[in-house]
Amino acid sequence: MTYKISRRGLIQGAAGAAAAGALGGCAMGGDDSTDDAKGATSANNPLGVKEDAALEVVIFNGGFGEEYAKAHQSMYQERYPKAQIKHSATQQIAETLQPRFVAGDPPDVVNNSGASQIDFNGLVAQGALADLGELLDAPSLDDPNKKVRDTLLPGIVDVGSYDGKFLSLNYAYSAYGIWYSQKLFESRGWEYPKTWDEMIALCKTIKAAGIAPWTYPGKHSRYMSWPIVAAAGKMGGIEVIKAMDNLEPNAWKHEAVKAAAEAYYQLAVDGYLQPGAAGMDHIQAQTEWCRGKAAFLSCGSWLENEQKSVTPPDFRMAVAPTPSLTTGDKMPFEAFRGTGSEPFIVPSKGKNVRGGLEYLRVMLSQKGASDFTRKVSSLTAVQGSSAGIELGPGLTSVTRMIDAAQGGTFTWLYNSYYRKLERERIDAACAELYAKRITAAQWCDKVQKSADEFAQDPAIKKYKRA
Amino acid sequence: MRGKRLFIATFLIPPLLLYGIFVISPYAQAFQISGTNWSGLSPTYEFIGLDNFQRLLGDGYFWNALRHNGLLLLLLPVATILLGLFFASMISVGGRADRVGVHGVRGAGFYRIVYFFPQVLSVAIIGVLWKEMYAPHTGMINGALRAVGLDGLAMAWLGDPRFSFWCVLVVLIWMNVGFYVVLFSAAMQSIPRDLYEAALLDGASRVTTLVRITVPLVWDTIQVAWVYLAIIAIDGFAIVQIITDGGPSSSSDVVGLRLYKTAFADGQFGYASAIGVAMFFLTLTVAAMFLQVTRRDRVEL
Repeated sequence: MTYKISRRGLIQGAAGAAAAGALGGCAMGGDDSTDDAKGATSANNPLGVKEDAALEVVIFNGGFGEEYAKAHQSMYQERYPKAQIKHSATQQIAETLQPRFVAGDPPDVVNNSGASQIDFNGLVAQGALADLGELLDAPSLDDPNKKVRDTLLPGIVDVGSYDGKFLSLNYAYSAYGIWYSQKLFESRGWEYPKTWDEMIALCKTIKAAGIAPWTYPGKHSRYMSWPIVAAAGKMGGIEVIKAMDNLEPNAWKHEAVKAAAEAYYQLAVDGYLQPGAAGMDHIQAQTEWCRGKAAFLSCGSWLENEQKSVTPPDFRMAVAPTPSLTTGDKMPFEAFRGTGSEPFIVPSKGKNVRGGLEYLRVMLSQKGASDFTRKVSSLTAVQGSSAGIELGPGLTSVTRMIDAAQGGTFTWLYNSYYRKLERERIDAACAELYAKRITAAQWCDKVQKSADEFAQDPAIKKYKRA
Repeated sequence: MRGKRLFIATFLIPPLLLYGIFVISPYAQAFQISGTNWSGLSPTYEFIGLDNFQRLLGDGYFWNALRHNGLLLLLLPVATILLGLFFASMISVGGRADRVGVHGVRGAGFYRIVYFFPQVLSVAIIGVLWKEMYAPHTGMINGALRAVGLDGLAMAWLGDPRFSFWCVLVVLIWMNVGFYVVLFSAAMQSIPRDLYEAALLDGASRVTTLVRITVPLVWDTIQVAWVYLAIIAIDGFAIVQIITDGGPSSSSDVVGLRLYKTAFADGQFGYASAIGVAMFFLTLTVAAMFLQVTRRDRVEL
């Protein structure tokens, strides 16, 4: 008798194997048990770090690289020589860490940044983040009489807070504004305009001189939403921006928002945008600007570092606040959008939450912060940490802008509350606006419609900005 | 008897296990996850039945992406196969008829290699390459247009919703044609030369030979190519993500990208799995349909 494997038998076998596999490697299964390492608190160790607890840090390996983090880790190691530190760096934060969050085994500190950042809305809604409030109230490393909270620049606590809880530390400080080359402006005798009328007048002069007045990254048109929202906020006051953050009905149809959208739409109508900019990504547009093909560019203060390799040595880039729209603007011309970037989080289910908090405290020390500024040419969230460091012309102009604003900085939070709203919806609406496919009024309608979609989507957790 | 059974089992079980764990189990789990509101960040979730699928029906962004996949499905296989057949027949049998008999055009060996180049590059490199080629000022395409005085045709290709999808389609055809040229020429090599010679003697034109002899005799290969290309058209994720990221204004979005963004950017793995399940059935249906439509009697040689 010969034995034959029947087709049915084969299928049954395969199904059995599949069932075994499904039981063994379920994507949604997880282990909830956490053993938070905790040691005794003391003046030198206010957060109660267990001295020999291992610490795992995952860094986003983007524009800032990972070297700065290794320096922070050796500073931590100096304080806790018995702790074993595990460092890793990746560009795929979400893809790498998502399974570990599910398994209840996340690292202790995560630099949740970059294009594949893990969505904060989800992290917060799931209670996956440790409250960093304790860190804010702990004494700073440099001065035991000063709380960490009081060493931070304005806006840092706001941008990391969700429903009043401080959950994400945005370590780098970014100032947003409109960039130009001081060399170009001086050589032509142009002056940065303080009002929108002056801006339009200057654009006319610039265009007559054979240079495109503005360029912008059409493939990431959200860059050009920043001056609109900033100008609207300066004109109508911070309440205009808070209404956007809180997804209030008709927030984007406020008079100030309409006026700001009209103003920037004017650039497209009058032909003051570089032809072809609609098809550029941010690097291409910024490079055109560095090559002197366009005069103005909307960006944040990472620009200088990002363009380091292509900026001519005597270019002298500088940033300025958005021009005032009217003489009756609620905020002065000097007010600008200043906020944190490069979010660092401490997962609540990490094995060494205390160590994670302490690591952030080390980062926020003067030594940690100035080392960061030196290594990656970016300002940090820590006040005065750039003192004595020789900065490039771009960052120098940022510090000048910070000083001139005298604390009058502001920011919006909808982009961190509802990431997709800015990354996809506002981005798309701006692409249409600056390509003149829709008018300013239609832009307001379109963005409002998107905001309403978010407000009505039960799958999205809502936050309230106070 | 027993020994033989054990012998067969030792060979069968490991691959079946691997297949079960790495192929069937993820599929099965996707079905399960698609019925939940799982965020992908914690082990907690609720079963919400078919809500995700209901939401899918009313999701304009999904339908928009699906429409693009549909267009790709119509155009990509047809264009790629037609080009592939044309190039392959030129390489194999397109040459001038002379005493040597039926052969390819001059330099056929060279073309064969050149057409295969894109296949050697990784998708990521192709994506970045073309993204720069489409760049408005520094890109090669506008540069070439300007060089021949066609400044009016120089566009902001990827920044214009009228063109972005077609730009991606061109890249997809470009990167796939080479492989099918090689596939078809291999199939054409097995067609007896005397068939062509007989046809030529009867005064058949080149088009007639292609349509009446070549195509019917490589039909099996075309059929396989069709299914492969259809699957590529339903996917399209990698190239779209690199070149346009779906933009501007979702004008080049595809379902795969929507799925990826829903899962990893929006943290909605439940909904993303529902998109995946929809795609699974779509691919299955399309493959079955194509096989059915292109079914023909085999020609025995």
